[in-house]
Amino acid sequence: MQNSSEPKKYKNSFLNWIEYRLPIVSYIEKEYGDYPMPKNCNYFWSFGALASIILVILIVSGIFLAMNYTPHTDMAFNSVERIMRDVSYGWLLRYLHSNGAAFFFIVVYIHMLRSMYYGSYKYPRELNWILGVFIFLLMMATSFLGYVLPWGQMSYWGATVITNLFSAIPLIGEGLKTWILGDYTVGNATLNRFFALHYVLPFVILGVVGLHVAAVHVHGSNNPAGIDIKSKDDTVKFFPYMLVKDTFMVCVFGVVISAIIFFGPNLMAEVDNYIPADPLVTPSHIVANWYLAPFYAILRAIPDKLGGVILMFGAIAILFILPWLDSSKTRSCNYRPIYKWFMMLFFVNFFVLGYVGMMPAEGIYLLIARIGLVYYFAFFLIITPLIGKYEKPGHLPASIRDVYIDGKNY
Amino acid sequence: MTISYFILFLSVIGIFLFCYFIATRVWIKVDEEKKDSNNQPKNRRDFLYISSMSIGGLGVASFMWPFVKSMSPAEDTLALGSTEVDLSEIGIGQSITVKWRGKPVFIKRRTEEEIFAAQNVDLSSLRDPISDEDRVQNPEWLVLEGVCTHLGCVPLGQKMSDTKGEFEGWFCPCHGSHYDTSGRIRKGPAPENLAVPPYRFLSDTIIKIG
Amino acid sequence: MEKIIKMKILRALILTLSFIIPISSFAAGNSDQKIPKHEWSFTGLTGTFDKSAIQRGYKVYREVCSGCHSMNLLYYRDLIDIGFSEDQIKAIASDYTVIDGPNDEGEMFERSAKPADRFVSPYANDQEARISNNGSYPPDLSVIVKARKNGADYLYNLLLGYDEPPQGFELSEGMYYNKWYEGHQIAMAQPLDDEYVDYDDGTENTLPQLAEDVVTFLAWSAEPELEVRKNMGIKVILFFLITGLLFYLMKVRLWKDVS
Repeated sequence: MQNSSEPKKYKNSFLNWIEYRLPIVSYIEKEYGDYPMPKNCNYFWSFGALASIILVILIVSGIFLAMNYTPHTDMAFNSVERIMRDVSYGWLLRYLHSNGAAFFFIVVYIHMLRSMYYGSYKYPRELNWILGVFIFLLMMATSFLGYVLPWGQMSYWGATVITNLFSAIPLIGEGLKTWILGDYTVGNATLNRFFALHYVLPFVILGVVGLHVAAVHVHGSNNPAGIDIKSKDDTVKFFPYMLVKDTFMVCVFGVVISAIIFFGPNLMAEVDNYIPADPLVTPSHIVANWYLAPFYAILRAIPDKLGGVILMFGAIAILFILPWLDSSKTRSCNYRPIYKWFMMLFFVNFFVLGYVGMMPAEGIYLLIARIGLVYYFAFFLIITPLIGKYEKPGHLPASIRDVYIDGKNY
Repeated sequence: MTISYFILFLSVIGIFLFCYFIATRVWIKVDEEKKDSNNQPKNRRDFLYISSMSIGGLGVASFMWPFVKSMSPAEDTLALGSTEVDLSEIGIGQSITVKWRGKPVFIKRRTEEEIFAAQNVDLSSLRDPISDEDRVQNPEWLVLEGVCTHLGCVPLGQKMSDTKGEFEGWFCPCHGSHYDTSGRIRKGPAPENLAVPPYRFLSDTIIKIG
Repeated sequence: MEKIIKMKILRALILTLSFIIPISSFAAGNSDQKIPKHEWSFTGLTGTFDKSAIQRGYKVYREVCSGCHSMNLLYYRDLIDIGFSEDQIKAIASDYTVIDGPNDEGEMFERSAKPADRFVSPYANDQEARISNNGSYPPDLSVIVKARKNGADYLYNLLLGYDEPPQGFELSEGMYYNKWYEGHQIAMAQPLDDEYVDYDDGTENTLPQLAEDVVTFLAWSAEPELEVRKNMGIKVILFFLITGLLFYLMKVRLWKDVS
């Protein structure tokens, strides 16, 4: 099987044969076997792995759902219920998919907040952060498209409201909206194209995730202390040390997600979506998917249509330039005594925005949303650049190993 | 049905465990070959390691099962897996075509001559020898799947005006297979007789196919 | 050291909050009206359906509700789940007529329903349903428990919630007062009362009993997979707990040597 001139890197001749023709063995070994992880990484560093596992589960369950789904306005609702009732384990596939999507957002939010707190977006990982924001944008688009497919009341009216955002754009708005819908209102053409796009976008996400992972492996993972890897003593190999840790985290998360899927599968769903879409009746209160609620709150906080749309997209777009807004060289908030508290406040503010985003846009909720909105932008545009300039950072530890031995890996 | 699923299930687990076993062996091999393993755990293949890996592997394997199973026919398809047919309106010599599992089924009320012709055939002259008695439950009623055993066309012979072939049964227009009044292949390229679907008489005039 | 513990607590707090806030805000969003809770056999971790209650509930649906409300997503064959035999189902189905066709002559024809047919709707189409009910569309009941906030509790209370309108309440023509309906004006007349349906198994046919049975039936029709789901859920969670424990032990052992 093997030519004697081929190098013998591995004892196993089959591995050698593969390796000589396609160096995939050494690639996997390097990127997922020996890949050095800082010793002091805590469980927050498992959320990246968790997110990619959920993405794979979503894609697989989605493919099997698509085998039984019919993207037609007359049949979509019934075909989803047929999946729930007649297809073997169809209910499991669907609940796994719908609740899995919600948990994907939870996991990705924690992943993002983690990288904000520990400054993972800073030099030299800016591109990594930008790729991450792209993933987030694609996720939002995909989840919106997917939400339309069951063709319930919330699907229909959610699609109507969101596509109407485009009509806010001056001059081309109306035309753009009609072009997106392929009809005068949300109709069969819309449902068909949304299904096509919902099927393909996750694979785009998968591709960008590949780039995202490849990019983080160039300079290695950040860590809670936010200092660079200096020697081999600072790291452990991914296999088996981090893999075992990640697997444990997967099990913990598995308990949480199974509790929802099996005992409260509709807890995170809207009741109105079990009523077939009716273009003549609007539900009394349209809410966004709760995981998009913070941005929905920003949209509704502004009385002007165009202004609201600009601010909502601005709230996401501003994430792209975060690495350049932050003027501090210290990565981890553990060593930034003042900024740390503003960061905490930002997290709380984000949850508050999410909360008011699901409440009716009136009275006290509107006021809270506006305050939250101001803080959201002030945090990025004023607080982050200014504090970085004037704050005196704490004393950084000498090496990651020291941090690990001190047990300060939070 | 359930047994075949069980076998399928076992083989899925088997394939998975096999892959898993190979993969872990490969990892261990790759790992062992690197001599600089100073901070590697010593006895990694101990009880804890093996039990965690196998329970994890079993979990992933059973996770795959619902996905595999979801592709088998759904309840609404299975509910149409049997059809009840009322025979009371069929006259002697007439035949009807009903749809069963997406295929045509021929039900023919044979005349005395047709029964006689079907029963008095030298079995050794047949390509697929079987007596007429073994193909019917009641000689008057012939129930056949109307799918030519050659390449799946629907033979002619149901309507009065159809060509019935040289043996007065059915004739497949695609490649010229002739079937007799018992649906047996007599001439042409088809290798086997027209299949008899599973059916039973619920009463004198109602049969249940499937 | 104290600081470490403080940070750990803070971290745990943030993580917990991040899960609780979104979920609890759902609960908050749902409690516009405080619907009284009713004891159901099918709620809770190990709740199962009471089959005799579903059968009674089906009788109530069949004799009362089905006059106006369709249940399009159900098939007669589904009744096998609630304890009817195949012959009973055939007999039930054959009481209904469905329009099939076209036949060989190109005409639609009527035939009696089979177990593989969907529940026959009281009206030919939505428009007929609307015009027959003063312009209000009687909703399909197949998944009604999933399609209303507080599902089973809401429906149960709605059925018991008919009352005289309070002083000064203006009731529109052809509408009825109901405590639990949004806006308190409902187009459906009180559908159930004591002794409206006779039970075969001797259960008392009081209004609360009828309401409980029919809502149990509707809960089953909305989530027929409920028992299988919970059963599987317990196994899956146990699996994750055991695997998690094993991997945690493995992690502790592996990391013991890291320094």
